Amino acid sequence: MSERNIGEVILDVRNISLSFGGVNALTDISFNVREHEVRAIIGPNGAGKSSMLNCINGVYTPQQGSITFRGRTFSHMNSRQVAEMGVARTFQNLALFKGMNVIDNIMSGRNLKMKCNLFQQALRLGAAQREEEAHRAFVEQIIDFLEIQAYRKTPVGRLPYGLQKRVDLGRALAMEPQVLLLDEPMAGMNVEEKQDMCRFVLDVNDEFGTTIVLIEHDMGVVMDISDRVVVLDYGKKIGDGSPDEVRGNPEVIAAYLGTTH
Amino acid sequence: MLYRENGQFKTSYRADQQIFPILQDRIAIALVLVLAFVVVPFVASEYLMRAILIPFLILSLAAIGLNILVGYCGQISLGTGAFMAVGAYAAYNFQVRIDGMPLIASLLLGGVCATVVGVVFGIPSLRIKGLYLAVATLAAQFFVDWAFLRISWLTNDSSSGSVSAAGLQVLGLQIQSPASKYLFCLVFVTVFALLAKNLVRGAIGREWMAMRDMDVAAAVIGIRPVYAKLTAFAVSSFIVGVAGALWGFVHLSTWEPAAFNLNRSFDLLFMVIIGGLGSIMGSFFGAAFIVVLPIVLDNMPYWFGIPIDTALAAHLTSMIFGALIVFFLVVEPHGLARLWSIGKEKLRLWPFPH
Amino acid sequence: MGFFLETLIGGLMSGMLYSLVALGFVLIFKASGVFNFAQGAMVLFAALAMARFAEWLPALTGLDNKVLANVLAFAGAMVVMVLLAWVIERLVLGKLVNQEAVTLLMATLGITYFLDGFGQTLFGNDIYKIDIGMPKDPMFLFENIFQGGILVSKEDLYAAAIAAALVTALSVFFQYTTTGRALRAVADDHQAAQSIGIPLSRVWVIVWSVAGFVALVAGMIWGSKLGVQFSLSVLALKALPVVILGGLTSVPGAIIGGLILGMGEKLSEVFIGPMVGGGIEIWFGYVVVLLVLLVRPQGLFGEKIIDRV
Repeated sequence: MSERNIGEVILDVRNISLSFGGVNALTDISFNVREHEVRAIIGPNGAGKSSMLNCINGVYTPQQGSITFRGRTFSHMNSRQVAEMGVARTFQNLALFKGMNVIDNIMSGRNLKMKCNLFQQALRLGAAQREEEAHRAFVEQIIDFLEIQAYRKTPVGRLPYGLQKRVDLGRALAMEPQVLLLDEPMAGMNVEEKQDMCRFVLDVNDEFGTTIVLIEHDMGVVMDISDRVVVLDYGKKIGDGSPDEVRGNPEVIAAYLGTTH
Repeated sequence: MLYRENGQFKTSYRADQQIFPILQDRIAIALVLVLAFVVVPFVASEYLMRAILIPFLILSLAAIGLNILVGYCGQISLGTGAFMAVGAYAAYNFQVRIDGMPLIASLLLGGVCATVVGVVFGIPSLRIKGLYLAVATLAAQFFVDWAFLRISWLTNDSSSGSVSAAGLQVLGLQIQSPASKYLFCLVFVTVFALLAKNLVRGAIGREWMAMRDMDVAAAVIGIRPVYAKLTAFAVSSFIVGVAGALWGFVHLSTWEPAAFNLNRSFDLLFMVIIGGLGSIMGSFFGAAFIVVLPIVLDNMPYWFGIPIDTALAAHLTSMIFGALIVFFLVVEPHGLARLWSIGKEKLRLWPFPH
Repeated sequence: MGFFLETLIGGLMSGMLYSLVALGFVLIFKASGVFNFAQGAMVLFAALAMARFAEWLPALTGLDNKVLANVLAFAGAMVVMVLLAWVIERLVLGKLVNQEAVTLLMATLGITYFLDGFGQTLFGNDIYKIDIGMPKDPMFLFENIFQGGILVSKEDLYAAAIAAALVTALSVFFQYTTTGRALRAVADDHQAAQSIGIPLSRVWVIVWSVAGFVALVAGMIWGSKLGVQFSLSVLALKALPVVILGGLTSVPGAIIGGLILGMGEKLSEVFIGPMVGGGIEIWFGYVVVLLVLLVRPQGLFGEKIIDRV
């Protein structure tokens, strides 16, 4: 594992509680994320990991708690604001735009940075045309990085699962994020695909210093690449520390192996 | 054999992003435009222009507008007739109440009024989705139907909402003959189709499609749902409004609110679905289908020399129309545009089977 | 005050009748996820069938008994509706299993055009009578409280009773029978239902037949009231706001929605209409529904739509 220049706390989650009707998805969760680190969130299925990310992105509004990003505190996040602040996300169930091809899906990640208004776009002379070309060039860099050149004009619905996951990552990368939230990016992949995905994630962290928050089930991956780990179970935090500390934590072991409660 | 892309390498993103990247396509479109602008006005009969080409052009324009809303942005609207009506009556009011108002300005201002109404009725789409939204848009349809019938100020104090627009001219050129009307519409349609295509292949088009495909993910990448949906309604209503104004001024000359009723809305929706959702070219195909079909059905008994009583003929037309719609949807739910692209794929391989 | 009550009750009654038509929509949507625009055309078609059978049967067989003729005509019309359901399933629904909502909606619109033409070709396009012995004379209630009493149509009262009975029967059917459960499973997820062995095509034929039955009852009542004519088909447009107001998936919602809109329509027509030029019942229901949807996007009793990412 290469040396990472881990900085100050960039994202601070405090006392987040989220419930739907009678179901408590998250109960009093607190943890922080430091700049440039790789932070893993692990836990059995249904522990609330995706819900936690959804709170950070503004998809869900927690009933209690606050999230502080670079010193600004919010009690609930607005999706657009979160995106503007530089937080991007991939999804457990992909959430790609099935009606568009690979290029357009990744280009949609550039929308925040495109400045031309409706009228300029309609006429598509000068500024609008240059903008489209410039962002297309950037997207092509991402396509090169993720090695999906051959599929760029294919409608994403027709791609195999592993490639769709790359497009999902590509769309998130197109936002040039400071923090990248990855929701099970390696789910459903074989060993080679996982290695490829790991490589992409680590390259992004190395080259651009992007902070990574990663939900992942594969313990090998988690232990290998993460700096710190948060463990959730039934919506509560049961572990927080370096991979080794967490691995030895009896509560974590119990949650995964299951003992009689 | 004819349709190969061999040797057509794109060396810039600009070249790759063209509307018609394949050379043969560009040639074909150029030919079509030459035919449309130069040949047809001299060769086509008056009947052809009045009954088929002009309605086809205007309804294609309306279909493009509706396709932006339904096909690209995924918002079902059953109230398109209402927006056409607003465009038509607003343009009429501008033309008649302001002395010396240029025709094109009136038509465009009619579109602007339709935009305002469209955005107002688009606001519910921020909360309401799917079929519920479809029914909510019917509120627009029926309310506008009633408004132009009963609120006489809107129709310049005409008693039954019936108005007439005569003596059209642009920059001193009279627009009276079928050929001039045809060219007038053709110019509008060509310009608007180009603008629409630019929009849908640009950033806003991607925003619309993102909203259609997965609005939660769209929000997460920073797209504002409010902006995306309301711009879709705005652009769509503008185009539909201008089409409505053209329909009233150029095609009908005299019209009343019933010209823009629910049947019109359904017709437009059929055009968009049968033509192909999310396809500008599909809008043209769909319009052609819906314009030509009733004419063919109405005239078929005469061609076969079978005399049929008019009421029965009307019923049979209804039956066959309905059956064809269903047949079409079963055979190719993605519309004529999909059939067209499948055809082109086959053409690329021709004369080889695969 | 008496007049107000009269209008109110009249509105409630007509609302009940709208609910009858709305029921058909809800049934089909609940069980197959299809928004059946053709429901109004089905009402007309069923009513035409019954009206003409009631005419033709005595003429063909010399049958004298009116009640028997009506019963047989009803049965005959029912057979026609089941056949129709089967044909629609085979030719349309079965082929469009996983298409988007808009496509299915358009297909039902196509069926509407087809049925309109077909019904009138087959059964003729005059105005026909259905006479099922509904009392046509009015009733006067509360004559001692209000001068002259409150005018209530007996016919409407009977219709309301029939509708109520139908609704109760259908609610029970959906909630408590195995078939009802299967129907609800299909509405939730076609593929999942298929994968656990629910015969999709059979379910759809059943649903559309039941909707056809509801259409027939509605057609019979409306036809008896207004005569069987083309405008019955337009009833669908009157029933749509009812369906949406109550929520697309709720049978009691269709009833309550109908009552509310029926009342509202009559009251607004009488009290607000004259102020703005009349004729507002065309859009009144729709605007009310629009306003309600802004507050509750899934209708009053519909299931909430939850997006999961």
